[in-house]
Amino acid sequence: MTDVAPKLEVSGLYKIFGPSPERALARRREGGSKDRILSETGDVVAVSDISFSVREGEFFVVMGLSGSGKSTLIRCLNRLIDPTAGRILVDGEDVAQMDAEALRQLRLSKMAMVFQHFALFPHRTVGENVEFGLKMQGVDRSERRDRALEALDLVELRAWADRSPAALSGGMRQRVGLARALAVDPQILLMDEPFGALDPLIRRDMQEELITLQRRFKKTIIFITHDLHEALRLGDRVAIMRDGRFVQVGAPQAIVDHPEDPYVAAFTQDVDRGRVFTVETIMREPETLVSGADDVDGALRRLHDSGRSGLVVTGADGGANGVVGLAELSAAASAGGDAGALSAATQDVTTVAPETALADIYDQCTAGLPIAVVDKAGSLCGVVEPLDVFTALTGNEGSEDRKDAGRLAR
Amino acid sequence: MDRLSDIYVLPVDDWIESFVKDWLVPNFRPAFQAIQWPIDQVLTGLDAFLLTIPPFLFMAVAVLLAWRIGGRGISLFTLAALVLLDLMGIWDDSMTTLAMVLTSVVFCAVVGVPLGILAARSDRFQTGLRPVLDIMQTIPAFVYLVPIVMLFGVGMVPGIIATIIFAMPPLIRLTNLGIRQVPEEMVEAGYAFGATRRQVLFEVQVPIAMKTIMAGLNQTLMLSLSMVVIAALIGAEGLGLLVFTGIGRLDVGAAALGGIGIVLIAIVLDRLTQALGEPSLGEEKRSFRGLAMRLVGGSPAADKADESAADPAGPAGAAAKRN
Repeated sequence: MTDVAPKLEVSGLYKIFGPSPERALARRREGGSKDRILSETGDVVAVSDISFSVREGEFFVVMGLSGSGKSTLIRCLNRLIDPTAGRILVDGEDVAQMDAEALRQLRLSKMAMVFQHFALFPHRTVGENVEFGLKMQGVDRSERRDRALEALDLVELRAWADRSPAALSGGMRQRVGLARALAVDPQILLMDEPFGALDPLIRRDMQEELITLQRRFKKTIIFITHDLHEALRLGDRVAIMRDGRFVQVGAPQAIVDHPEDPYVAAFTQDVDRGRVFTVETIMREPETLVSGADDVDGALRRLHDSGRSGLVVTGADGGANGVVGLAELSAAASAGGDAGALSAATQDVTTVAPETALADIYDQCTAGLPIAVVDKAGSLCGVVEPLDVFTALTGNEGSEDRKDAGRLAR
Repeated sequence: MDRLSDIYVLPVDDWIESFVKDWLVPNFRPAFQAIQWPIDQVLTGLDAFLLTIPPFLFMAVAVLLAWRIGGRGISLFTLAALVLLDLMGIWDDSMTTLAMVLTSVVFCAVVGVPLGILAARSDRFQTGLRPVLDIMQTIPAFVYLVPIVMLFGVGMVPGIIATIIFAMPPLIRLTNLGIRQVPEEMVEAGYAFGATRRQVLFEVQVPIAMKTIMAGLNQTLMLSLSMVVIAALIGAEGLGLLVFTGIGRLDVGAAALGGIGIVLIAIVLDRLTQALGEPSLGEEKRSFRGLAMRLVGGSPAADKADESAADPAGPAGAAAKRN
């Protein structure tokens, strides 16, 4: 990190909202607390003395709870919000001092942004949304269209180019948001809680997709999230933000293993991991068998290919009816392999709700078979592999995809 | 002696009279006369045009337009309403009223939409504008007819000026509201991709606010229709004059005829503008190109339009009924 000049370097950044930001800034620098400043001057200190640098191609995650100032921080970086004090150097140029035209050039070509609630324009088609940045650059119509379609290819939504964003699901909309940002081929990608409004399984898919894209394009990414798990999974480095300050900045492993601050510790170690992580955070797409429809040999092959500990048997209604493991399937195969043998091999399945804490399913894991995750309506939304539970508990990110995230981190 | 006015009467009426008569009229009459010119041009042109084209041609064009914009239900209603206007013998009066209403709406749009945009972009301007709009909407129309006559004289154009004053506020308010209601994130997205203030306005804010702006235009249209009757008091012609002379002669039939004519025109215009402001039918509908395509033969979303025709609820529908 020291041998390359940083892509983005922020130093002494403050943002104070209110009637007298200058006065509040002086008091804050003298060490006044946020609360005292609020009561004395009526100013809100949103971002306070933040300094960090991000090197080219790095995935930098800022994690904080709501009200920690993280959204204000990211908006200062492209001056959607003007900072009160501090420097923001992009390739050595100070964004905070730029005039309107220089700032516009920066936004047109160097920085693109992805928003929490997607911020797609409802009066434009998906394709026209993706074209927006190019249109602002003055690219002509046909080239714009071609490049938008290329960007939509990256997120596998080319077929939706002429539809309205309203026709898309949340996850698809955010992929459009991502394509809109990628279309201008920015050097820096600002992502403001991009997956915060998505369902847990979709969120995990999107994280995977982002990791894949990042491996390919090596953008410099500033990513905001309120989800520690997401931060640890995606970030090369993670900054934990509270009350407008960074309390710790470091690689994900360092944050978990050596929390420098009680606040960080509360997130990582003080709290029982089995209590912090819910089934939802580690569940996978289910590998299922439909009872009566699949045969034993096919099931064995699927089980082998998927690398899972067992297959969940579903009924016609989509609910989880049972589970079969490798031992049972092998036995059924040698007993003739017909549908009757398969149903004889099926055992009762354990079902849990998505919000169940991992600590509550330890006992069920000892059977060594997948546990079905079932939503309130009774339909199967995912499965938990016993091994995943224990790797999540040890904090030793062991499963394949986590290794990848970890590799990026190092 | 139990009233203050027994001791002293505040001569507010004298003040206003001298303000209008001795200051406003002598100093500004030429300026006010100049305002009349463009309105006069548009009105005369429209009126002459509508009175020249044969009723059958007008009906054919109107029904086609209604079918393309709103679907089958609205076009059938338009046809029935126009045939009835002709059968009742009030075609010419109806066309004059239509010309007045369209003229007033054109000027309301030309002045009102930019004012609404300015108000949305500046809190200070909004604060200054709000009491003016309140006054425009609350002062009884009869009260400002007098100064209007003194400044502009009597006739069609002063009648339309009174109509514009009365009908413009909702358009300004709803344009302002519509633009302010555009989600902050979408505006930010515009800026984040390098748009200028002007580009954010025309590429993001105005298109997203269009439905609300169209609702404002619809309200302006309805208010214009109700005002053109009152404008007959100062010499405007058309259906309003029919009502006005009917009242003067206690001729219930003639007055009712004028009223029915206005209601029919109101319903047709209301349904058409509402259908125009309905953006959810398909993407192409929202662009001018899309509108043009629909006029020549795109897909008329007839079922959806029938729904809105069958459901006259909502403030605009209620306003139409009141008329």
